[in-house]
Amino acid sequence: MSMSSRMPEPYGQGGGANLADILERVLDKGIVIAGDIRINLLDIELLTIKLRLIVASVDKAKEMGIDWWETDPALSSGARRDELARENAELRERLARLEELELGRAPEDVRESKSRDVRKESP
Amino acid sequence: MTGLRYVYAVCRPFGAPLQTALKGVAGDPPRLLSHHGLIAVVSHVPEGDFAEAPLHRHLEDLDWLTETARAHQQVIDALTAVTTPLPLRLATVFRDDSGVRVMMEEREADFLRTLDRLEGRVEWGVKVYVEREPDAPAETAKPASGRDYLRQRRLQSRAHEDSWQRAERFAGRLHASLSAHADGARLHAPQNSALSKAPGQNVLNAAYLVPRAESEEFVELVDRTKGEEPGMRVELTGPWAAYSFVDDPAESSSAASAASAEETRESSSAPAGADAGEGGS
Repeated sequence: MSMSSRMPEPYGQGGGANLADILERVLDKGIVIAGDIRINLLDIELLTIKLRLIVASVDKAKEMGIDWWETDPALSSGARRDELARENAELRERLARLEELELGRAPEDVRESKSRDVRKESP
Repeated sequence: MTGLRYVYAVCRPFGAPLQTALKGVAGDPPRLLSHHGLIAVVSHVPEGDFAEAPLHRHLEDLDWLTETARAHQQVIDALTAVTTPLPLRLATVFRDDSGVRVMMEEREADFLRTLDRLEGRVEWGVKVYVEREPDAPAETAKPASGRDYLRQRRLQSRAHEDSWQRAERFAGRLHASLSAHADGARLHAPQNSALSKAPGQNVLNAAYLVPRAESEEFVELVDRTKGEEPGMRVELTGPWAAYSFVDDPAESSSAASAASAEETRESSSAPAGADAGEGGS
């Protein structure tokens, strides 16, 4: 006890501890010992990798108000929505690029051919 | 006694009692199992949850994992208040007490060496976040055309790159100065903010091994950097048991290859974190 009284007050631990802080330590750090119960360590590692992979799509997930496990296609349909949103964003960007290209050279031709068509039909 | 044995940590015998209200991972209060000059901190856990098949299932269940991780951490915290524990990875389970003793016997030399190295030291976690840029609301203005949209995107990504470079420099400087005041330092992968619920983008996630006696000074050092750089948030957690420092490459391999082993381990265990830290140093 005398030891802890010399220590500064805990920062951000206890009930308010950040789950990521705890998980990264208890799952990923600490001494690894093969117990009698052979949990395939790969299982834990897979889970950890999943936690890490999600780092890449955090912003999207937050925008959509979904929690991380919902981005796992095996676990929910949320992931499929996420996929659709990403595809959507990509398509929008491609469309915008095409529009910009079109604005640069094509508009004259388009208008000309249209007016030609109109002239042909009018008599 | 029925049930399996869940081992939290190994430590040297300590005089102070653990908190009486302390509950272990399955509600069973942690017990001390001594063997030679060491103590294993152990709970009895039901086979229905901790035998191989149920444990596999549970580990993929975030609610179960969260509850178990918190309970595990609470025991480690209580130990850290009274001694220097060697925390074991979550879900280290044996059939019975004698299985635990055999393990302690086999690893005795390792444990003692690591305990000597970590004695009287704790781990402090320091994270740096880039806060959301203040001009973010402007992004929501609807682009009038595809060209507008692209222009907005370019401006945004330029601003983003600037604050990113600033963040890397700040994180690098901070990491270098904190490392100089610590007995050890490790870079971890930046955290997922959906999981941590922390606002902003995590760019530095580091752990520092600091003697208890110097912890107050270390905490003040970190506190002084808060608010130093606009748009960056510095967060401190701890004191933790020395989770990030239980592996010492200098001890596990020959002294000659120790330096390179350390490099390899650091970069392979925390690729993204290493980028953030090394970018500015």
